[in-house]
Amino acid sequence: MVTINNRDHVDWREGMTVRELLDKLRYTYVLITVTVNGVLVAEEDYATHLVPDRAEVTVFHLAHGG
Amino acid sequence: MTASGTEIFARNVPGSTEILRGSTVALAGCGGLGSNAAVALVRAGVGSLILVDHDVVEASNLNRQHFFQGDIGRGKVDALAGHLRAINPEVRLEPWKLTLTPDDVPRLFARADLLIEAFDRADSKRWLIEAWCRAFPERKVICASGVSGLGKTEPIGVRRAGNIILCGDEASDPSQGLCAARVGIVANMEANLAIEVLVTEKSHGDDQQP
Repeated sequence: MVTINNRDHVDWREGMTVRELLDKLRYTYVLITVTVNGVLVAEEDYATHLVPDRAEVTVFHLAHGG
Repeated sequence: MTASGTEIFARNVPGSTEILRGSTVALAGCGGLGSNAAVALVRAGVGSLILVDHDVVEASNLNRQHFFQGDIGRGKVDALAGHLRAINPEVRLEPWKLTLTPDDVPRLFARADLLIEAFDRADSKRWLIEAWCRAFPERKVICASGVSGLGKTEPIGVRRAGNIILCGDEASDPSQGLCAARVGIVANMEANLAIEVLVTEKSHGDDQQP
């Protein structure tokens, strides 16, 4: 089980990547920043960074500033 | 007559003044978020700021940014540095009028205790957060996301993960327009979080807790 934003839960599977998780969550925002267990995952690593079981994932939406 | 730091900060939270005086905060962007956050940090007693922005002050900035009529046409970092020194002449400032790139981050921000991300564009926020976390994985970055529109105070919040702290509504779009009150709330939240981080991380005794 993976927890997202302290709220949502997704079943974990061996080999799950950040990209796969984001696709499963169907996030509509193009611009996001992701941490896995508190560590930032760069966008270029989404397809290869593995999400461990029982991971705490945070997805920040990046909207414009002021 | 010029007031000294001792006089300016006489009403500060006990135990915070010395810690903040010895702290350095970097601000990436000196517009609506960065200029207002910088003012709050200097009024709180932060001793050193690194200011980065490539832009010049325009008339349309005056509805929310800490600039004045006489600043129009001046570089934002230089105009802001003058206003900050008018609050506390002892503040140490490092103004950089340039377009920040990921490669600049390790060098320009090497001595910063933390970064306040105060960019306009969402795509720029992402590369800045990534560059900071790559260069300084043990230091915090305080970000803003979604400050546009009027009212809507309740959706403005704070979320934390590791060394990333983000405030704003994470949704609003600049096509809604920008209002000083709402931008200022988030700018001051960023400053407040920075002060909390600095005082908490640098405190060594219970009597210095914020």
